Amino acid sequence: MAEYMGLIEQPRFSCAIGALQSVVAIPRAVPILHSGPGCGDMVKGFYERSRGYAGGDTSPCTNFTERDVVFGGTGKLRKIIANTYKVLDTDLQVVLTGCTGGIVGDDIDSVVSEFSDAGKPIVSVDTPGFKCNNYVSHSHVVNAIIDQYVSLYEEENEPKSEPATVNLFASLPYQDPFWKGNIREYKRLLEGIGLKVNVLFGPESGGVKEWQTIPRAGFNILVSPWYGKPIADHLKTLYGQDYYWFHSVPIGANETEKFLRGALDFALSHNAGISKKKAESFIQHEIDAYYEEIDNLATFLLEFRYGLPSYAHILHDSGYVVGMSKFLLHETGVVPKEVFATDNVPEKYREDILNDLKSTSSKRKIPLFFEADAGKAQEIIRETEHKGNGIILGSGWDKKLANEKEMGFLSVAVPSPVRLVLTTNYAGFSGGLRLIEDIYGKALDGYVK
Amino acid sequence: MSKPNLSLPAVEIREIRTGSITAFDGEAKELVSRAHNGTLKDVERSFQQCAGCSITKAACMTVLIQDAAVIEHGPVGCSTCLHEYNFTYLVNSGLRGVETPLTRRVFSTNLREKDTVYGGLTKLEKTIREVKERTDANVIFVLSTCAAAIIGDDVESVCDELEDELGIPIVPIVCEGFRSRVWTTGFDAAYHGIARKLINKPSSQNTDTINVINFWGSDRFSDWFAPFGCKPRYITPFSTLKDLNHASEAVATVQACSTLGSYLAAVLEQDFGVPEIETAPPYGIVQTDRWFRALGKLLGKEDIAEQVIKEKKDKYLPRINELKEKLKGKTAYVTGGAAHGHALLSVLGELGINAVGASIFHHDSLFDSGRLENDQLNQRVEDYGNVRNYRVCSKQEYELANSLGKLHPDILLSRHGGMTLWGAKYGIPSLLVGDEHYSMGYEGIIDYGERILETIENDEFVKNLQKHAVNPYTKWWLMQRPDYFFENKENKESKAEGEVNG
Repeated sequence: MAEYMGLIEQPRFSCAIGALQSVVAIPRAVPILHSGPGCGDMVKGFYERSRGYAGGDTSPCTNFTERDVVFGGTGKLRKIIANTYKVLDTDLQVVLTGCTGGIVGDDIDSVVSEFSDAGKPIVSVDTPGFKCNNYVSHSHVVNAIIDQYVSLYEEENEPKSEPATVNLFASLPYQDPFWKGNIREYKRLLEGIGLKVNVLFGPESGGVKEWQTIPRAGFNILVSPWYGKPIADHLKTLYGQDYYWFHSVPIGANETEKFLRGALDFALSHNAGISKKKAESFIQHEIDAYYEEIDNLATFLLEFRYGLPSYAHILHDSGYVVGMSKFLLHETGVVPKEVFATDNVPEKYREDILNDLKSTSSKRKIPLFFEADAGKAQEIIRETEHKGNGIILGSGWDKKLANEKEMGFLSVAVPSPVRLVLTTNYAGFSGGLRLIEDIYGKALDGYVK
Repeated sequence: MSKPNLSLPAVEIREIRTGSITAFDGEAKELVSRAHNGTLKDVERSFQQCAGCSITKAACMTVLIQDAAVIEHGPVGCSTCLHEYNFTYLVNSGLRGVETPLTRRVFSTNLREKDTVYGGLTKLEKTIREVKERTDANVIFVLSTCAAAIIGDDVESVCDELEDELGIPIVPIVCEGFRSRVWTTGFDAAYHGIARKLINKPSSQNTDTINVINFWGSDRFSDWFAPFGCKPRYITPFSTLKDLNHASEAVATVQACSTLGSYLAAVLEQDFGVPEIETAPPYGIVQTDRWFRALGKLLGKEDIAEQVIKEKKDKYLPRINELKEKLKGKTAYVTGGAAHGHALLSVLGELGINAVGASIFHHDSLFDSGRLENDQLNQRVEDYGNVRNYRVCSKQEYELANSLGKLHPDILLSRHGGMTLWGAKYGIPSLLVGDEHYSMGYEGIIDYGERILETIENDEFVKNLQKHAVNPYTKWWLMQRPDYFFENKENKESKAEGEVNG
């Protein structure tokens, strides 16, 4: 998989073991790290307020020492796992290996199988930091849970036995700062058109019980330009579940309507047995409510005399870059200028992403850079001049750059010590309205000092 | 135990140098005496949570140098939390008079699977060149990681070669996480690199400058040194390369925390002739007096020290006594790193609060200076008495949750992020003060005492949180002794009941 392998300034994603957060996002699951002593702290420090039930820097960990590097750490791992059951009250244990465990070649699988053979709900997955980033390893973690845990419950959960149920694969937990809110909103919307949704992560999920029912879904929904796709592909192979693929984050009315109508058509063509009429009326209701707000807002956007942002730079993952660009241009009038996909998009997905973005407008081209090295992205912004008021939508690293360039700033990506996000969503109709509140709220904050 | 040795490429780890341990359960008095008579041994745990890594400690002492760029040589994950130091730098720069603080330059060589097979040095070389090109850094630090160390990358040679070519110092810091169980080895690793490459032999005497080794706290020392005709030079956060070059030109070195500065202070004395103050940092009245006297003696200004002490007593004692009255009968638990945790225990002693227990992350048997007088826990025990339920906990939250729940003090005092949560979950008012200078000296006793009062008073939030607290720990665990998972009984009070494995 061709991707960028060079240096990275100002990291915007974690390494493979960063996907321990995907375990943390499953209610009552615990990551067990077979790694050096610092991986959990690094991950917690990157995402902030991300410890969850028993993860982050409190994850059980073998804390590799020099001796373990020389002699291996499997004995230690066995003890840590055994005692995790004594100390922590958890429903699922996922053992993740760091660089140390990975390079010294410890046989984790056989240690873990001792416990799974004894009936423990335990899974192992190889996540040494050098292997890939967390956008990629998220899929490895989820697929490992499917193969080593969900598969044990196949008998009670016949594949595709519930045609109107879907498994949703969208926001990456914690890597998307709005994951909790987005997942809640996707669930609400999809339930609105008559589907039952397994969201798998976060407080709206039913925890491991919900995971066990993954095979039952009639089809799956993937909202992502590329990350998470291996999960949908894997489920297609395993259980014959087709998937509806929406390539970017649907923000605001245009894209959310498109997303829902697409999901509805897909469901109907897969005999989900849901009512088209009811679904249509739900969608129309959502659209009406949205435009009631926009109608009120338009006067302000058009008439506010003291200046509002007229263009934006975006630094985010490719799903957000495309989703936000479409939204900003069509639903706020803010023109996306140079935008940066910082998620190290594999080469083979880039053309599709570029085409998706191109479809935004027949009049203008939005310059998109695939730039995992965010320091480089900042250099490009630093050297670019545009007329009017600009705003940067990016991570905490970008706030100072925005100040330097006398531009507005909204923190929308990790890492960010300058914004607190709890359950806010940017996906969906309500997400679009919230993004409008945030962008223009920030702009108004600048007046009357 | 051994002396600092700058001829080695990597700093010797604390386990070897300072006889440091990461597990103990007993009384403070016992820990101090065993540390001093050399009978302290470390213990393994058969259950552990993430213990923390040297790299972040090395990073905070380098990333915050004004004109530095920092390269993490490893997979990208090992640099991801360093953005927090960028935030610290931009927020606290005002405390140190940095008027236009610049975004920190943090890079990762982004080692990948192929590099673990063929080595990562080509990537490192490329990165160093690019960093030179991209930044105006006057010095580049290269931090090593577990991956780079296991594959055997010779980081030092690459740094040395490029240093000549690029014309700025390029300093390798050996700080991979698996080397030491004591994360503070990371501070030493950074200082070792700095001392080897950046600190010059003194070219002149500088009789009005005192090195202060600290983090990023407020500037308390300017006022304190002024009567002695001296000013502080804070190292290493917010210093410049030039400041570090001249760190050898100082009349003395003092520290905010004996654990933090142990190595650098000793090196400055041993290799550069700058004397380290012969006593522990000034926390609590008794120690503050001792500290001013030691400073006066070192500067040959004993009379000024006496005068300062008298003025401070006149000014602050009445308020301190009022606070003592209000805090009478209160109990507290302390958690944090050594030796700042010891400092807080001394402040509690001064305020008359009963310290019912402590979970401190590690313990150094003897600091690099070799002086017992620098031992802050010893000083606490001698000045204010023993602390029962004294634990060395290696940042193990499960042990803290266990110990704290049983002792249920009136307040939890913490000096490390993440640990206050357990106070709140138990409905115990909890206080974390990030500024390491906040509780120092006479002023500190008042400031800190007032915060303690205020925190105990405002308990509505924690009482509400307690009602809804999520607890991942089993009932069984919370009823065991906190040292249950210590693998040998060396540092346990008595043998734990039951089998460890099952």
